[in-house]
Amino acid sequence: MRRNVIIKTVSRFLVPFIQVYALYVIVHGALGAGGGFQGGVVFAASFILMIIAFGLTCVRERFGYRWIVMLSALGITIYATIGLLCLIPGGNYLEYGSIEAALGIPHLHGYLIDAVEIGIGMTVMAIMTSIIYDMGDTGGESP
Amino acid sequence: MLNTLALIFIVIGLFFMIVGAIGLIRFPDFYTRVHATGKCDTLGEGMMLFGIILYEGMNLISVKILLLVIFIFVTSPTAVHAILNVAYTHGVEPWKKGDERR
Repeated sequence: MRRNVIIKTVSRFLVPFIQVYALYVIVHGALGAGGGFQGGVVFAASFILMIIAFGLTCVRERFGYRWIVMLSALGITIYATIGLLCLIPGGNYLEYGSIEAALGIPHLHGYLIDAVEIGIGMTVMAIMTSIIYDMGDTGGESP
Repeated sequence: MLNTLALIFIVIGLFFMIVGAIGLIRFPDFYTRVHATGKCDTLGEGMMLFGIILYEGMNLISVKILLLVIFIFVTSPTAVHAILNVAYTHGVEPWKKGDERR
């Protein structure tokens, strides 16, 4: 299973497509079906495919604990910051229209929704990947 | 004319799917069952989706369905290969003539 050339080749071919599709789902969340959570889960699915094809240790070297901590903290910080910025002009939490009205830039709320979705996506991707790492961890031994 | 062609493709795909389902029920062991469903599902789904593309005409939805066909043709045999490979390495015995159905 570990050195299987068919599974490795197909995974190598598919992982970029899955990740591009995840980014599409995240960005599409502002105007249609999709959103940060779903896109983050699809992005984590690409890491799960890499774990199945190449083994846990190989993926852990490339996307380790440091990256997980950094991305999860950064994503939730983006979300909370934009949510709290909406309070300054006098709106509610995550009421993007207040910033747009205060600054006078048209269509700003769309960009803010995209930024919030990207933050949620980063956090969900990091946390999902860390859950998979913990589930698949057998103490260093590859099953 | 195009609708008739689409109907022919969908009916052929349906035939393959039914044959795959019969194979899943009637074949005697794990390997032959996966053999039946893996091949028939890949071609059946591909043909049905191709029929839907012909019925829909040229627009964004049919391009998305075309991508779906391509990815099914790549991933479905690989998934079947992975399942069979794991079963073989973990020692599932193949069925021989005269054995009992499993």
